[in-house]
Amino acid sequence: MSEPQPLIQVRNLAKIYRMGDVEVHALRGVDLTVRRGEFIAIVGPSGSGKSTLFYILGGLASASSGSVIIDGKELALMSDTERTRVRRDLVGFVFQKYNLLPTLSAQDNITMAQFIAGQTHKPETAAWFRRTLELLGVGHRLDHKPRSLSGGEQQRVAIARAIVNHPALVLADEPTGNLDTENSEVVLKLLRDLNEQTGQTILMITHNPEAAAYAHRIVHMRDGRIIHP
Amino acid sequence: MINKLVFQNLKHRWVRTVLSATAVGVQVTMILTLVGLSFGTLEDMSQRSKGAGADILIRPPGSSIIGLSTAPIPEKVLSFVGKLPHVAVATGTVVHPIGGANSITGIDLDSFSRMSGGFKYIKGGPFRNPDDVIVDEYWARQYHLDVGDEYTFLNRKWHVCGIVQPGKLARLFIPLKILQDLSANTGKLTMIYVKLDDPANLREAMKAIRAALPDYQIYSIAEYVSLISVDNIPGLKAFIYVVIGISIVVGFLVVFLSMYTAVLERTREIGILKALGATPGMVLGILVRETVILALIGTAAGILFTYGTRWAIMRYVPGSLTQIIVPDWWPIATLVSLAGSLLGALYPGWKAARQDAIEALAYE
Ligand SMILES: Nc1ncnc2c1ncn2[C@@H]1O[C@H](COP(=O)(O)OP(=O)(O)O)[C@@H](O)[C@H]1O
Ligand SMILES: [Mg+2]
Repeated sequence: MSEPQPLIQVRNLAKIYRMGDVEVHALRGVDLTVRRGEFIAIVGPSGSGKSTLFYILGGLASASSGSVIIDGKELALMSDTERTRVRRDLVGFVFQKYNLLPTLSAQDNITMAQFIAGQTHKPETAAWFRRTLELLGVGHRLDHKPRSLSGGEQQRVAIARAIVNHPALVLADEPTGNLDTENSEVVLKLLRDLNEQTGQTILMITHNPEAAAYAHRIVHMRDGRIIHP
Repeated sequence: MINKLVFQNLKHRWVRTVLSATAVGVQVTMILTLVGLSFGTLEDMSQRSKGAGADILIRPPGSSIIGLSTAPIPEKVLSFVGKLPHVAVATGTVVHPIGGANSITGIDLDSFSRMSGGFKYIKGGPFRNPDDVIVDEYWARQYHLDVGDEYTFLNRKWHVCGIVQPGKLARLFIPLKILQDLSANTGKLTMIYVKLDDPANLREAMKAIRAALPDYQIYSIAEYVSLISVDNIPGLKAFIYVVIGISIVVGFLVVFLSMYTAVLERTREIGILKALGATPGMVLGILVRETVILALIGTAAGILFTYGTRWAIMRYVPGSLTQIIVPDWWPIATLVSLAGSLLGALYPGWKAARQDAIEALAYE
């Protein structure tokens, strides 16, 4: 019996940012295989290319060279429309800087994600999602605009937005970076539950060893490469 | 949901919204006021021509419909016409320019009254002295005249003897004889107005007058009034088109600038939408909706502004200009502002739609 096809297969991935004459080699040949249903923590010093890797996996940025096969398809060969579909239907993104829409309330930020995915009216998820919001401790803050929410609250709203559509792949860039121990634990347990109960694949960037311990596997990055310490 | 975002965006930068909509509004008012003035002033001319109570109008050979001419009709033509069958009253006038587009009309008050049913005096009464002048209410309002006031034109001092209701031929009247002598037109007339014993005899009477005065321009009042239209004022249509053209350009520039800055300002938000899986079409759609709303708010404001310009014109210069509200032109003005606005949104929208998501999110 052959292994089921992995969700993500990264081969020799490189990314060079060009700023005028300066070239920044953010990724220098990354190889990574992510099986379906895995919960992986990615750790590494700041500037080691973790966020860049996420942007490429999420179809937000293109690689300079190398290959990324996601759900059986080569990202670089996809049309813009297909890449948009990957972002919409496959990936839930938690940004390091939250990236909520500033003019919309927390609730509307979440509804916008549902709307774009065409999932505004799914009663079976509504009850679950309301419980999740309570769990995250932002249930009573939903009418507020991002600027009147604390960093931690914005982060949790961003997490809620990323998971509301049950994406097969959650890419969470330092999701507990702005949270206290108690809220960090809530978020990490939530991610683990999603992973265990609905089989969602989760990639999480973190600095925190305790957070990394929630994952099945820890991947270390340094200087744009994956290292095996 | 999209509407909510659009609405929140407009509300978030409400100063921008108000300014852009106002600019679009000014552009709409420009068109509607010009059209309202053209239609209103012509309509007022028609009404006043009808208000004279005549059935037939006789103009000298080779004169234009609108515009001032001197007085080349000999008075004997008037007495001749007066004796033709079916003619109840015939009266002659002299129209003389007094600067700008204004003119003064010399009337024979007696026959003019019989034809028009007489002036309705709001204040004062008919001519008594050779230096008396009758003005209508609008003229009096514009030039702040009251009965007994001194009023100077044609290098002379006149006295206002009566203020009458508007709508009868002209706004400023002096006795015919005086104007004839003053303008070196003694014994001559600019126009002859004819009232019939019965309007049913119009055809027959016109035929008789045409036969008697073959070179003259003979109109029924209905014909004459139908000639007072935008089409017959040289250059007016072209002028309206030019203003519409300028309007589109102004709308284009205003919305272009407004949307361009909006797109630059929202680089990050557009990136977020794309990260959530929004298509370029959806991003473009958001900007288009925002533009359409701006254009519609602006158009509505522009329509309201025309009530303001009409009020100002009726308040300050009712003697020179008449503006009416022309709802028929509202859809046209709306299309013009939409056209200008959507053209203006084109480039910013295209820029937003093809913007790279990650570049946008990295924007600090
Ligand atoms: N948009 C960008 N333009 C230029 N350089 C960038 C950009 N984003 C990241 N970098 C650079 O690429 C390297 C990797 O950054 P990043 O992926 O954010 O690392 P990490 O998330 O691990 O801190 C850093 O040196 C960073 O300065
Ligand atoms: Mg980072």
